[in-house]
Amino acid sequence: MKALVFERNVPRFAASRVASLLGSGKGVGVGPLRLVETDAPDLPGPDWYRVTPVLSGICGSDLATLDGRSSRYFEELVSFPFVPGHEVVGTVDDGATAADGTALAAGSRVVLEPVLGCAARRIDPPCPACAVGRTGDCELVAFGHLRPGLQIGFCADTGGGWSAAGLVAHRSQLHPVADDLSDVDAVTIEPVACAVHAALAAGIRDGDTVAVLGAGTVGLTVVAAITHLATTGRLAVPAAVLVGGRYPGQRQLAEALGATEALPSDHLARAVRRRSRSLAVGGPTTGGQRLTGGADVVVDCVGSAGSIAQALDMVRPRGRIALVGMPGKVAVDLTSLWHREVSLTGTYAYGVEHVRGDPAAAGSGGSDGGEPVRTFDLAAEVVAAKGTGRLVSARYPLERFEEAVAHAGAAGRRGAVKVAFELPTPRSRKRGNP
Amino acid sequence: MSPRPGFVLEVDRSTPPTLFWHGERFALEKLPEGSRVIYAPEPLEALADPVAAIRHALRHPLGDRDPLPALLSPGMRLTICFDDISLPLPPMQAPDVRQLVIEQVLEMAAAAGVDDVVLVAALALHRRMTEPELRHALGDRVYDAFAPHGLLTQHDAEDPDNLVHLGQTDHGEDVEINQRAAESDLLVYVNINLVAMDGGHKSVATGLASYKSLRHHHNPKTMRHSRSFMDAPSSELHSANWRMGRFIADAGVKVFQIETTLNTDTFPSQFAFLQKREWEWNLRDRATFTATAGALDRTPPRLARQIFHSIKSPHALTSVQAGEVEAVHAVTTANVWEQQGVEVQGQTDILTMGLPYICPYNVNSIMNPILVACLGLGYFFNLYRGKPLVREGGVVILHHPTSWEFHPGHHPSYIDFFEQVLSQTTDPVEMSKAYEESFATDPWYIHLYRTGHAYHGVHPFYMWYWCAHALAHLGRVVVVGGDPKAVRRMGFSPASSMDDALEIAKDVVGPSPTLTHLHTPPILMADVK
Repeated sequence: MKALVFERNVPRFAASRVASLLGSGKGVGVGPLRLVETDAPDLPGPDWYRVTPVLSGICGSDLATLDGRSSRYFEELVSFPFVPGHEVVGTVDDGATAADGTALAAGSRVVLEPVLGCAARRIDPPCPACAVGRTGDCELVAFGHLRPGLQIGFCADTGGGWSAAGLVAHRSQLHPVADDLSDVDAVTIEPVACAVHAALAAGIRDGDTVAVLGAGTVGLTVVAAITHLATTGRLAVPAAVLVGGRYPGQRQLAEALGATEALPSDHLARAVRRRSRSLAVGGPTTGGQRLTGGADVVVDCVGSAGSIAQALDMVRPRGRIALVGMPGKVAVDLTSLWHREVSLTGTYAYGVEHVRGDPAAAGSGGSDGGEPVRTFDLAAEVVAAKGTGRLVSARYPLERFEEAVAHAGAAGRRGAVKVAFELPTPRSRKRGNP
Repeated sequence: MSPRPGFVLEVDRSTPPTLFWHGERFALEKLPEGSRVIYAPEPLEALADPVAAIRHALRHPLGDRDPLPALLSPGMRLTICFDDISLPLPPMQAPDVRQLVIEQVLEMAAAAGVDDVVLVAALALHRRMTEPELRHALGDRVYDAFAPHGLLTQHDAEDPDNLVHLGQTDHGEDVEINQRAAESDLLVYVNINLVAMDGGHKSVATGLASYKSLRHHHNPKTMRHSRSFMDAPSSELHSANWRMGRFIADAGVKVFQIETTLNTDTFPSQFAFLQKREWEWNLRDRATFTATAGALDRTPPRLARQIFHSIKSPHALTSVQAGEVEAVHAVTTANVWEQQGVEVQGQTDILTMGLPYICPYNVNSIMNPILVACLGLGYFFNLYRGKPLVREGGVVILHHPTSWEFHPGHHPSYIDFFEQVLSQTTDPVEMSKAYEESFATDPWYIHLYRTGHAYHGVHPFYMWYWCAHALAHLGRVVVVGGDPKAVRRMGFSPASSMDDALEIAKDVVGPSPTLTHLHTPPILMADVK
């Protein structure tokens, strides 16, 4: 069966890095990703199951890897060769048990929670983070009975979503998909889960002005998460969610998903300034973008040096910046972070969230107090409520992976958001997906 | 030979193409047979000795005012206020008429022993003038005598320490004006009356007022009921200013009004073709036009803008009158009409306009899309007395590039207005309710207005309100050659050519429309019968 395999190959890695200077995704043809014939991986142990992917998304972190732009930080946290693809909706090959204990018949649809935490690694007792359900913070992703790998899609032992041969997943990673959710909706659950976690970790308070930098998949799902959780009483209610997006189509989607206003990226600071009634330093000819006040919370869904600098320029003193976009090695002047006592926090993945179910008590938001609920359960709710499947703009067979990756790399410019691989299962052809 | 009056041409088969302004460029358009083209009167003869005329006016005031020398005495506080950079258009060749008048006033003040004299540029909510602009308006001698000593100031409508609230009119309108001017023993106002709307009580009641005061007449309701701004008896804007002006007089502020009118000699001799009727162009005019238009087509827009903004108009003084405000203004208005008035029989289905590179609010700056709308629908549309040139439900076709471009230093709030207000609504009433106050009180705009060279935060609203009458009256506005995105943002229809524009217009007014072209500048006023 066909699968896309990413190998450790320094010359091809260098070639893709050079080629990607022409644009994200341009280097895939000369890079370490190859379409090969392969078998399904072996089951690593008890409570592991085979999953046949139906749809598997191309994530920004996948693109960074293919472009050779990923930080060397990950070198010890992945194992080669691996099959990429961690945004997966698929079917279990045999009867299985889901993370919540649900019995799954063969052929049942599941989405993967791809983080390979202590349970999947058969580490007992688990690390402190996994012990409380915060698998995204697992301290031991390079240890246990599996080879290193942050997630399925970066581990040599599990396979990944970009494979017709299938992958293996631990029961702690399996979430059943509701019958009324289409495959394209379901494949967005994983990125939406990241967004839900980010929305809850950003420290939003009632009446806050929230600025979201970027309106790709990350930015749009963050908007969907914030607005859905706020309107259902699980998150404080911000006064405004302002989004800066580069492309008109992205901005239309942002407003459709609940943004108060979506503007061209270079106009966002002006809108934040207007709403916060700040002054600005730097004078009008520079756009006046270093605000004296600013947004209470900035959610950086880009993760570049430029976006972090932009976030610092538009956040108020003692405001908060949530870094959701994966940054890598960047050079940023942090003087204003120091001077204005700004909090900069990273948000990664998901696990368990503590949210208030009582709307009257929703002001605190975040992860303090409240009943624990799995991020994926909240994400599934957001996906159903907001119809985030509309973000899946194109599907490609594995054989056209170069086109698919190029499309994903130029998604905004080409009017797309999420590009996914469609795997050749009979069932996926039958379902009524766009 | 006396100058010829204005003229309405009926286009026939032999009529050459008509010149349209197109920002910093020109276009020649072949208008349909039967169309009318309205041409401005030729420039009236200039006063032979402007200084003597000024001195005569100051010594022989109109209305209930003593001659200026009799109003001047040692120990008094004298404040001389003057119109700002928005007048005249284009800026006139030196010496500016303000310089000529103020020099004479100062000479008389010096002769009378007055030594407490302050000059105030009557900005209202306009941007502050730069030193070169002030030097041009006042001359180096006046500038150097006053500016270094802090005696040349620019009205600050946001300076609570230099505003005085005089009270409210019987219509409940706040009257708050420049404190130095209000508390002087004599306020001399030096005006340039380019169009009939300028001058009179508007000089002080608007030019020296605060937002708190201006909002009573710079609003959609007033603008919609000013039909037109140029026709005082039919202008609610005029009525409100007159109420305030009389209130100011009753409050004890003594105003000595000096008003001047200029002829329509608008462009220097190298652009003579701009002031001629096309069928009268001689070989030289045709050659100049061809060379100029060709050169401009090859010139980068920014450079073309610089070239045009360096033009100084040869405008010449045609009258000067001084004394009591209303008596003075009555004569001034008559003089303006004498120079600019053109009788036009009946309305038209389609009114076309070629918009130039300049309007009152972009001198030495960028003509952004809001100013394009304001010039076309606020100013040119309102250049009428009696009835609008275009019938109700008719179409106005503007000819202008309408670039999505703003001067960040001069028009910062315009950028946000265009992005955040016009993207939500183009309805003047709705925007005034939802957005005006937040822009007007925005501390950043106030800071830039007070310390930089920015128009006040509320100014783009006022520009849009100027369009309110036209927006309510017209069936559609079409812009030929404009940036489609910018044009659509304002609720107008883009057209790539005049033919396309006419087709769009016919969808609104029917298949056999009448068409009238307003051939301005030079400025004209249509007296529509």
